[in-house]
Amino acid sequence: MSLDPTYLEYAKRGLGYDHALYPYAPLPKRAPLAWPCGRRVAVWFTVSLEWFPITPSDTPFRAPGHMQTAYPDYRHYTSREYGTRVGFYRLLDAFDKVGAKVSVAVNAAIAQRYPQIIADILSAGHEIIAHSTDMNGTIASTLPVEQERALIAESLATLEQATGRRPRGWHSIARSQSFATLDLLKEAGVDYCVDWANDEMPFAFSNGLVNIPLNHELSDRQIINVQQQSVDSYAQQVLDAHDWLSAEAQAQGGGRMLPLHLTPYIIGLPYRMDAFEGLLADLAARPDTWFARGGDIFDAFTANQG
Amino acid sequence: MREGAPDPELYEFQRYRARKPFAWPGGKKVAVWISPNLEYYEIDPPANPHRKSWAKPHPDVVGYAHRDHANRVGHWRMADVMSKHGFPGSVSLSVALCQHHPDVVADANARGWEFFSHGIYNTRYSYGMDETQERAIIEDSIRTVREATGQTIRGWLAPALTHTPRTLDLIAEYGMDYTCDLYHDDQPFAVKVAKGRLISMPYSLEVNDHYGFFIYNMSPREYAQTLIRQYERLAAEESGTVMCIPLHSYLIGQPHRIGPFEEVLRHIAADAGEGGRAWITRAGDIADAWYDAQEGGQ
Repeated sequence: MSLDPTYLEYAKRGLGYDHALYPYAPLPKRAPLAWPCGRRVAVWFTVSLEWFPITPSDTPFRAPGHMQTAYPDYRHYTSREYGTRVGFYRLLDAFDKVGAKVSVAVNAAIAQRYPQIIADILSAGHEIIAHSTDMNGTIASTLPVEQERALIAESLATLEQATGRRPRGWHSIARSQSFATLDLLKEAGVDYCVDWANDEMPFAFSNGLVNIPLNHELSDRQIINVQQQSVDSYAQQVLDAHDWLSAEAQAQGGGRMLPLHLTPYIIGLPYRMDAFEGLLADLAARPDTWFARGGDIFDAFTANQG
Repeated sequence: MREGAPDPELYEFQRYRARKPFAWPGGKKVAVWISPNLEYYEIDPPANPHRKSWAKPHPDVVGYAHRDHANRVGHWRMADVMSKHGFPGSVSLSVALCQHHPDVVADANARGWEFFSHGIYNTRYSYGMDETQERAIIEDSIRTVREATGQTIRGWLAPALTHTPRTLDLIAEYGMDYTCDLYHDDQPFAVKVAKGRLISMPYSLEVNDHYGFFIYNMSPREYAQTLIRQYERLAAEESGTVMCIPLHSYLIGQPHRIGPFEEVLRHIAADAGEGGRAWITRAGDIADAWYDAQEGGQ
């Protein structure tokens, strides 16, 4: 038994990455990036607002949180809708209480189906970023590139029409991209995506698109749903992260980001909201907290690049 | 090992009870070593017929980016905390990292860390290799680490824990002193090899940060408490045990985990001075002390 000889050939074994999507630059060796307000920690909430058709698609893959039982899956269809109708409004009120402006990653289908939600997001001063068409709109390299281009165009056009402004940011479902995605987003006029959690500060891809890393571990989905930890533990972990980032920014200069990804049908349940509001109050009480939207972080990054 | 036999005959059985007492240098009870895995995962690796690399079609953005966090952010944060509390690393190294990100390897070398091989990439598996191929990755590992750091590797942790029946014989033949792939004991033991000598160096899956966070789903504070309990129990038992803390900086170096982890290092370091129980050290030093004790007639 032996392996094909090419298995021991390493064509891309050289300085830098085994791809040309972005250059290597370790965080401690980059120039510090200070936030405009002078505060140390940009706390950036991104809330995913999702519509799951009760007829799920597995092409190219089934989205996390999608239907699980045989058709019709009332259980998951309605539980997800609960997040949009009820949980999200609890979150809007909670953000309002502490004056936090956030990013909302919106499926285009939400704008088509529930225009009132779009008006409520915009009137509160939050930012809308594009989050595909609906929860059947997943992307992977097994999706033909023309279909991917059309999906991105449809999402952006629908949200532009609904909000009066083309979204500057993009969030792929499950952060899943193909090798073509970065160029397709650039071509579509998007400023930044949030899908690559390989860094803790913004950076530019080789094609000029910016990545604002939305940490996939510091999310209610990962900590509460996947790892089955309590909301109290979630809040503790966020505060521990804030402590660390604040001290690190103090020591190394500039600022740090604390990206927090939320899902209304997870965090917006009655028995979790008190703890979440307590967390928001704790974050707001810290003098080095800057509640920022993705677009604010993008602007600070590009201003710093000169 | 004895290939194909129900008992692979890796080592002799020896019960934990009534072993000859054995202390580490300075009379310390537990040798504590940290093993940072400094890895490179390829974004689009070739397929191995015996194991898939990524869960998703390439690029698996979440999987790849998570590992990349180590080399951009996590390593530096983790290494600073280790240095602050006097812990060197014994690095489980994807040796191609020497080519891709020499900054990371040079930083670890400058901190006085030891290197052993964890294969070429963590996306190239040993399953299915013939002997010539397996010799090629061992010789590549020795040569690459020597050129990048001046060090000669003394140990092996199979790439992504993929072995062949001949791996242990081969690494002993090439003069390596220890394997990190066997989990049968809290003390080093002789491993049966065709030529030369080899010991099993207690590494750990159970208190590996990957197991803590993704098998047992611990919170950062629960994981820190687990490490402290592991240490306290070993320190209270008979002398001569080993506690390894295997780490991946894309996990332990996340901002919500590194603070609780620092408390573990503070706890163990406080028990390492005069009269303390911890010998904070590196894998190669543990192997030397063990071989010396054996030759001293134990």
